[in-house]
Amino acid sequence: MIKRLTIAERQTAMLLSVLIALAGFAMAVIGRGDPMGVHGWIVLILAGALFFALASALYEPEPTEDRAVSYYDDPTKVGILLTLVWAVAGMGMGVWVAAQLAWPDLRFDAAWSSFGRIRPVHTSGVIFGFGGNALIATSFHIMQRTSRARMAGHISPWFVLLGFNLFCIIAATGYLMGVTQSKEYAEPEWYADIWLVIVWIVYFVLYIRTLARRNEPHIYVANWYYLAFILVVAVLHIVNNLAVPASFGAAKSYSAFSGVQDAMTQWWYGHNAVAFFLTAGFLGMLYYFLPKRAERPIYSYRLSILSFWGITFFYIWAGSHHLHYTAVPEWVQTLGMTFSVMLLVPSWASAGNALMTLNGAWHKVRDDATLRFMMVAAVFYGLSTFEGSFMAIRPVNSLSHYTDWTVGHVHAGAMGWVALITFGSIYALVPVLWRKQTMYSWKLVEWHFWLALGGTVVYVFAMWNSGITQGLMWRTYTESGTLAYSFTDTLVKMHPYYIARAIGGAMFFVGAVIGAFNVVMTIRSVGHQAQQLDYPTGSEANEPAVPAAE
Amino acid sequence: MFRTLLGPFARFFEFHAKTHYRAERHSMALAGGILLAASIGGFIEIAPLFTIDDTVEAAPDMRLYTPLEQAGRDIYIREGCYACHSQMIRTLQDDVDRYGPYSLAAESKYDHPMLWGSKRTGPDLARVGEKYSDDWQVRHLADPRALVPESVMPQYAFLLDTPLETESLPGRLAALRAVGVPYSDAQIANAASDAFGQAMPDSDRAGGVLDRYGEETNLRIFDGRRDRLTEMDALVAYLQILGGLTDLAARTQPARGEN
Repeated sequence: MIKRLTIAERQTAMLLSVLIALAGFAMAVIGRGDPMGVHGWIVLILAGALFFALASALYEPEPTEDRAVSYYDDPTKVGILLTLVWAVAGMGMGVWVAAQLAWPDLRFDAAWSSFGRIRPVHTSGVIFGFGGNALIATSFHIMQRTSRARMAGHISPWFVLLGFNLFCIIAATGYLMGVTQSKEYAEPEWYADIWLVIVWIVYFVLYIRTLARRNEPHIYVANWYYLAFILVVAVLHIVNNLAVPASFGAAKSYSAFSGVQDAMTQWWYGHNAVAFFLTAGFLGMLYYFLPKRAERPIYSYRLSILSFWGITFFYIWAGSHHLHYTAVPEWVQTLGMTFSVMLLVPSWASAGNALMTLNGAWHKVRDDATLRFMMVAAVFYGLSTFEGSFMAIRPVNSLSHYTDWTVGHVHAGAMGWVALITFGSIYALVPVLWRKQTMYSWKLVEWHFWLALGGTVVYVFAMWNSGITQGLMWRTYTESGTLAYSFTDTLVKMHPYYIARAIGGAMFFVGAVIGAFNVVMTIRSVGHQAQQLDYPTGSEANEPAVPAAE
Repeated sequence: MFRTLLGPFARFFEFHAKTHYRAERHSMALAGGILLAASIGGFIEIAPLFTIDDTVEAAPDMRLYTPLEQAGRDIYIREGCYACHSQMIRTLQDDVDRYGPYSLAAESKYDHPMLWGSKRTGPDLARVGEKYSDDWQVRHLADPRALVPESVMPQYAFLLDTPLETESLPGRLAALRAVGVPYSDAQIANAASDAFGQAMPDSDRAGGVLDRYGEETNLRIFDGRRDRLTEMDALVAYLQILGGLTDLAARTQPARGEN
């Protein structure tokens, strides 16, 4: 990988890693005695290791091939492998977290291993580690193919990918040490947040510069979604993480907002992290890999436009449905509910557009598990957006909120939609990237598919049952007008569902391990095959980057 | 009929699609459009919460967290208690009957960040203060299943043996003042001493706590250990003040069935 950079690029990369290592050293010194100091050492060691790796290859011969005639896929390859590492780590953590609720003694007695500390390791591990790496890696692939141009730069993609993973590592290790802002899905403290802003700006510049090089007059749909993902996540991240550190030598900071305003800002962030991280970016993935794999053009361009702008405009309003019946003013709750319901239109337009694209290719869905991953993902996307709009209605929310129903809903989206579209895309992408004939084993892809689908269904049904049961028990009154059940009564009822949930999660996790194994074996032992037309070209005479609309 | 009703929509979508067709050939036009579309909701729905005065009720009697309680709050956050416990009683009859008067906006106006929570794996804690004794809280935190066999809560016995770090407290209170909590200079300067004094009522540092935070402040040995100030002291002090910073809710919401 390093040998494919010029010597000047290697030197730039070394300079950057020295700067980051120095920043790490400064953190280690200033923050000694605080978790921030430990983070400083982690940064120093990782950046130092990168520096020595670069230094040892500094005087290797320069690359001789003409770069303009090929895509730059090295960062994508590393990104895909990191996605799989985080998948196994994050989902494994999820199984442990779930098991702790069924058998609380699995917490053991260390401070770091309690539910409260490892739960964010699971959520950040799968959302940012697994999901974020998948988004970055696939966006690198798609931005080049749909622009028919090589990426703009050789250092910046590595900076984005490795910088983002450094953020994830700081986040996950921080939670274990008790470093958290307590804002869900925005837990990392101020220095990690500042670092992510820098990485994100470089990501945006890289994306725009690559689009500027394109040999296609139009920007393909997938890129609209990736752009929305990059831009809006930046805005959400910066606003929600505004905080004042208690000391510049320690991790602890206090949010700039309090009470009602903080709650609204947090759930404006929280719900739009779902919208622009877990939906927009993955729709970009869907809009590229599904038509490619099915070899069918997107069903409707008009529908794509409608759903894209609908999602971008409506989602921002929906956050307050997390705050029904709370101290947030009622007009805000009503706005949130209204827009959440309207959101169903663009969401189903996207899901429908994806499924209609498969018309004429349904026999492929039957035979090809990779395409089936994508099809089922689109179905789960439709189901969970319907469920989401439904749960945002105030009276429904009065039953579902604070219960496992919410957890089940999130996992229908996260497992059924986000993870399935990601795995489908990975199986479609790996042979292309590594120039292989096929995946190592199609039977293992089948196994993964059925384990993932089965695990999701078991998980979601368990959580529906426990959530609705608990919600109903909380509101049941005796004939004399007193509450019928104590809180502990409901816990007893939850126990079997918590066991079922852990089993469902474990099935999903085993599927991910099989997937990682399959990818590694594909890279190691499947024969070479160059892909047709997979290089930048300015000529319209060649095949279009994606199947053209009819 | 349908035609006239749907006409404006059809014209809007036609215009929208044409505009988009032009925009998708310019990456920055697309980027600008995305930012514009995504910011409208935030401006209309969130910005007014900072400007409309009656969003948060006036609560003149409200007191601040003492340094010990704030330290406990920071431990509550550190251990991720918010992942399983909400601090927000909704305006639903069963919520009120189970947990007490529904939560008011004013009650969390000094909470940076708020800890309303999103999931009740355990019960709501917005008004758990003084519901149980200090001794019950300490024993429950150390081994929840010894007191509640059905509980799935993690045990936190290590808090009893971890001395509370108080050196950083003045910095913490100063940061909170920077974001809007009205701590005085004296409260910030004496934060470490006040944290010790609140949990050691026999010591000479106890008097200052009452001077600075009011006569109603809980002055107790929270963790049952006279020999040292532990993280358990701080966490229990925090739990015991939850719902007790102001009695506005109790005053404005008459209890059901009491007349």
